[in-house]
Amino acid sequence: MTYPFLGDPAQYVGEWLCGTGPMVDVAVSSRVRLARNLAGIPFLSRCSVGQKRELETRLRREIAACPIAEKVFYIDISTSAEVDRRLLVERHLISREHAEAEHPRGVAVSADETVAIMVNEEDHLRIQVLRSGLQLIETAQRIQQVDDALEDRLDFVFHSRYGYLTACPTNVGTGLRVSVMLHLPALKMTGEIEKAFRAARDLQLAVRGLYGEGTEATGDFFQVSNQTTLGKKEEDIIEEFRQQIVPRFVDYERRARDGLLKRQNTALEDKIFRSLALLRSTRMIGSDETMYLLSLVRLGVSIEKIKDVDLRTVNELFLLTQPAHLQRMLKREMDPQTRSAARAEYLRRRLGASSS
Amino acid sequence: MDNKCDKCGKPAPIHVFDIIQGQKIEKHYCNQCAVSEGVAFHYHMTLSQILEEFVLQGGEQTGALDPVCDVCGMRFSEFRQQSLLGCPHDYDAFAEAMLPLLERAQGGATQHVGKVPHRAGGDQKKHTALLRLRAELKNAIVAEDYEKAAMLRDQIKELDNT
Ligand SMILES: [Zn+2]
Ligand SMILES: [Zn+2]
Repeated sequence: MTYPFLGDPAQYVGEWLCGTGPMVDVAVSSRVRLARNLAGIPFLSRCSVGQKRELETRLRREIAACPIAEKVFYIDISTSAEVDRRLLVERHLISREHAEAEHPRGVAVSADETVAIMVNEEDHLRIQVLRSGLQLIETAQRIQQVDDALEDRLDFVFHSRYGYLTACPTNVGTGLRVSVMLHLPALKMTGEIEKAFRAARDLQLAVRGLYGEGTEATGDFFQVSNQTTLGKKEEDIIEEFRQQIVPRFVDYERRARDGLLKRQNTALEDKIFRSLALLRSTRMIGSDETMYLLSLVRLGVSIEKIKDVDLRTVNELFLLTQPAHLQRMLKREMDPQTRSAARAEYLRRRLGASSS
Repeated sequence: MDNKCDKCGKPAPIHVFDIIQGQKIEKHYCNQCAVSEGVAFHYHMTLSQILEEFVLQGGEQTGALDPVCDVCGMRFSEFRQQSLLGCPHDYDAFAEAMLPLLERAQGGATQHVGKVPHRAGGDQKKHTALLRLRAELKNAIVAEDYEKAAMLRDQIKELDNT
């Protein structure tokens, strides 16, 4: 069975882009992932190619037999076209490393793209649940369901002292990594971002100034995740994020937005509407500049300056204007110049071009 | 990654850009400089960085000791190079050398307190036996001893199904 978006990626986008959910003006998406390995089988660094292939076949079969979601698609990454692998990275369904590796590997994805299970990444299994906005309780519950369902059929390697054993000791214990993607344009503009992150450092968080996992960098998106996986209960890690960490960043950002609205309203409006106008009239545009301008438009929509564009559209455009998506939507390979023109055309169409 | 850090010339995994008066300005930073420049904060310290720091601080009391896992053949020095372990048994085989590293990487914690699989652990002995057989099988194939490989494969199958 082929995965639907591989045919037409604009027809189906993941739930996490829908632009709803608590604090979605700042907290773009919530992701939880678990690292798991089978007992009695070496970690991947010590598996021969044959053993990796055997493992991949077995895990693919077991996942298919698990009641994980109504519909689950399996994509064999080792035989996928490069553009499809990049598409999966852009959609945050696999890591860049998983796309670029060379051994037998794959990913199982639920139809709504909330659940993705990478097979033979750094660990035998990397389970991820991704949702829109700050939905950590739902995300955490969902991933436990998936983990329990898999555990009914598979023996995961577990150590009485170190918990779930992982190929890299930085993931040992719960194997759980929570990441929340934050959109912090106002803090960036006011220059207060450093102050906000100094607080993060004290909370032992990892913060990366990146859009997603190294897909595209824009200065306004930051991913906050827990640094340690051992010595804390899963619920406690999640609750800390939900009740303290994320609300704190959201509060900082909202206050910075209020400050700009009060003191520099015209300058702010100028930035926002200039960006929207540019996106609506451009004839050629690269993906970095697109991200930069979309970030300002996203801010404009969040603070209700822009009323004729919704958050969902902006979120979708972040994804659909990336290189692999653009090529797949227009069903041809393009050199960067043609791509810039196609991107501009698509943006004009989705944002409602100004006349001419 | 072929970009070099604008500040110090080390490999730069972090890229940011600004658009100033229509001009795109791209900047590349290594993890450390990204932190000092306020682009990223408190990045995930990779295990290799922790290992590096650990040696610099003279924390390596084990000296010439280079433990080896008798199940998968992984050496501690090899683990230090690639930051990835060979098999679950390594956690015990390298226990002494690894504990301080683990503590450093895990903010001082050395005891799991979270979820326990409902079929906890299964049969430890069986799993270790399987790990050994699989390592032997791999070696047999490398040595092109297909007779032995076939025998080992049968043993694995039998043990796996018990
Ligand atoms: Zn540097
Ligand atoms: Zn080992």
